[in-house]
Amino acid sequence: MPGRHDSDWDGVRLHVVTGKGGTGKTTIAAALAVALATGGHRVLLAEVEGRAGIAPLFGVPLAPHAEGHVAVAPGGGEVLALSVEPEAALLEYLELFYRLGRAGRALERLGAIDFVTTVAPGLRDVLLIGKVYEAVRRRVDGRRVYDAVVLDAPPTGRITRFLNVNREVAGLARVGPIHHHASSIMQLLRSPETAVHLVTVLEEMPVQETVDGVGELRAAGLPVGGVVVNLVRDPVLAAAELDAAADGLLDREAVAAGLETAGLGGRRVEDAGLPARVRVQTLADGLLVEAAEHGVRLRLGDRQFRRVEELGRPTYQVPALPCGIDLGALYELAERLRDQGLA
Amino acid sequence: MTRGAGGTGSRRSDTGPGRREEGAERRRGGDPDGDPVRHPMDVDALLDDPATRVIVCCGSGGVGKTTTAAALGLRAAERGRRAVVLTIDPARRLAQSMGLAELDNTPREVPGVDPAAGGRLDAMMLDMKRTFDEVIELHAAPEKAAQILANPFYQALSSSFAGTQEYMAMEKLGQLRAMADAGPSTSTGTGTGTGASMTPGTSTGAWDLIVVDTPPSRSALDFLDAPKRLGSFLDGRLIKLLSMPARAGQKAYLKVVSAAVTGTTTALSKVVGGQTLREVQAFVAALDTVFGGFRQRAERTYELLQAPGTAFLVVAAPEPDALREASYFVERLAADRMPLAGLVLNRVEVTPVEGLSAERALVAAEELDEAGGHELTAGLLRVHADRTRRRERERTLTAGFTHAHPEIPLVRVAARAEDVHDLPGLRAVGADLAKS
Ligand SMILES: Nc1ncnc2c1ncn2[C@@H]1O[C@H](COP(=O)(O)OP(=O)(O)OP(=O)(O)O)[C@@H](O)[C@H]1O
Ligand SMILES: Nc1ncnc2c1ncn2[C@@H]1O[C@H](COP(=O)(O)OP(=O)(O)OP(=O)(O)O)[C@@H](O)[C@H]1O
Ligand SMILES: [Mg+2]
Ligand SMILES: [Mg+2]
Repeated sequence: MPGRHDSDWDGVRLHVVTGKGGTGKTTIAAALAVALATGGHRVLLAEVEGRAGIAPLFGVPLAPHAEGHVAVAPGGGEVLALSVEPEAALLEYLELFYRLGRAGRALERLGAIDFVTTVAPGLRDVLLIGKVYEAVRRRVDGRRVYDAVVLDAPPTGRITRFLNVNREVAGLARVGPIHHHASSIMQLLRSPETAVHLVTVLEEMPVQETVDGVGELRAAGLPVGGVVVNLVRDPVLAAAELDAAADGLLDREAVAAGLETAGLGGRRVEDAGLPARVRVQTLADGLLVEAAEHGVRLRLGDRQFRRVEELGRPTYQVPALPCGIDLGALYELAERLRDQGLA
Repeated sequence: MTRGAGGTGSRRSDTGPGRREEGAERRRGGDPDGDPVRHPMDVDALLDDPATRVIVCCGSGGVGKTTTAAALGLRAAERGRRAVVLTIDPARRLAQSMGLAELDNTPREVPGVDPAAGGRLDAMMLDMKRTFDEVIELHAAPEKAAQILANPFYQALSSSFAGTQEYMAMEKLGQLRAMADAGPSTSTGTGTGTGASMTPGTSTGAWDLIVVDTPPSRSALDFLDAPKRLGSFLDGRLIKLLSMPARAGQKAYLKVVSAAVTGTTTALSKVVGGQTLREVQAFVAALDTVFGGFRQRAERTYELLQAPGTAFLVVAAPEPDALREASYFVERLAADRMPLAGLVLNRVEVTPVEGLSAERALVAAEELDEAGGHELTAGLLRVHADRTRRRERERTLTAGFTHAHPEIPLVRVAARAEDVHDLPGLRAVGADLAKS
């Protein structure tokens, strides 16, 4: 199974996955982690928003702020997950930089940790990313612990600010170990070892956010990765038929003839008292309405897809799975992402 | 049918159990889709009742809160109410078509509303920071206010503290309510300089209905919890502690405060930097002298929500996460004695074709493929099968909610092919809301 596999992102060790809320960030991040682990790699999937969204996705329990095994991948790979807690990360920090054992706990009692992590903007993010950075860089006996880290990141509206900790933190800690640490983090985030992927669906608001988000990331000098278009609808009909359907130009008689051939429009259609011919027409009309709406939706989706393409980033497409996301679905999505070269 | 050949086939059978419901209950409901609605909600009765003064639309992110709020406001206005809708981050095109070109925190009349029934619709977009600024300006002497507004800590808090948007939505609701009660001739309740000299087209009250949209939180509960969280934070122990030196002077401070606390402050200043800490202290001290009781304020608005005349609508999409959130929220509203009018199930798959199952459609499509010559019909049958499957899945999910909360009125809004970005779109959503 290992062998050679072409990925568009060879050399990337930190994959940041963002997108508008609800577009599938967590799902895609999880599938990407499985895809990256495929072929015998060890991958960490981290979340930073205190949602505890990863564990249920894989159907395993996961202690807060602990790295735990969540899945195996084809070819002997392994995915571990971590839900980063800012409070725990801060205490780790205090210990690491200031050896603040007792005082650290006193801070916690007073709600100061809450204060630092929710109010001091940027510092919370330094802590969260700091933990992720540590995982990316961690070595045991000189060997890297993780081949790649996937970050289920905050949504597009906040991502640039989140990643751009250096500027945020400058006003908070101008010198000293935290400042130094923030600079190393920034170096990783701006390097080719990082890629920020954006998940979107083909609707106006999410695509607009994606376009805005890419602009902001670029302006901040952060490496924009690929765009993952999620929940892509199956076109079902041929392109010409879709167009005609959207414009209401499909051949009603041809549809009715087909229905008659298939023996439909008889018993099961509602107006059972009407002659078969009328029932077939009624059914045909209903199907044409459905087809028209389907055509309009896909046409709108195409328009949004073109806006995505205009961004000039590698684009990956993921279908809407009809029965939602379970473990099997994650593996299926992982395979699709791998086939398309995201991993 | 590219997807049928993929690995998803086996999971499709998961939709099975939910279908048991359909046969028995199909005839009962008034839903255009023939779907069972055990307990339909009468939206028009709610909108027409003069006792209804405030409608709050909540739900998890992206489910259609803003759309529902706007559609309700429009429908109410066209049925004769003098309504104002407070929107938060509406989609660009929708904002434009409602005449909300600027984010200026001022209600303006929405053009194109049918005035035949004697009503009107005003709309505004919430500007969180500006609302916060106005609160400060209202309660502080000009010099003090300027000091606070310039404080970097205040600026961070007013634009990025999780919960500020919810707090400010509540604050704005309180203001609108006061303006509505005061009537059209008085000046605005915001007490700001801009309030006194409103530009033409702006509105100054006389509303008999306020429709409130809620911020795009990941959880619907945030709307209830965040204001209190911000209130408690600003009233909290830590803030009191930090404000001590400024309030009591350095000497008294040293006497009062124990060594442990000094240690804490020192540790804090190490972590966030002495400069930040001083800014926080200055902010808190300034705030303290102008108006205390953020928590009280939040509680007062909270009480407004419990008052008669307020109705909550929980908006959800027929998806597992959104329905789970809706369940939590419904339970919370009950626990907090907040009046729930019902659940809006938005973007529901409906089909004009009744009585043709997905399975039958797919079999027929395959037969047509074999017979040849009817590709178009086969394609249409597959489109129908996809849609029917989606609908079945949604029904299974919804049934989970209605079984857990059988007493809650429910209304369905069809998923439209296009997003809702103009008044005709809002009217269509409004018609669906009233259809049950
Ligand atoms: N390709 C897909 N097919 C079917 N369902 C999907 C797909 N992708 C995501 N979903 C579903 O959509 C919903 C939202 O997905 P997810 O939780 O991954 O989004 P998110 O962007 O992480 O959301 P949030 O902003 O709340 O963190 C979930 O119910 C998920 O199961
Ligand atoms: N019934 C519907 N049919 C089709 N599109 C809809 C429907 N309801 C809402 N939409 C579209 O879905 C998108 C999201 O809707 P809306 O902005 O109302 O959600 P929201 O809950 O306010 O989101 P947020 O949590 O981000 O504030 C919009 O583009 C809107 O036009
Ligand atoms: Mg998520
Ligand atoms: Mg909204």
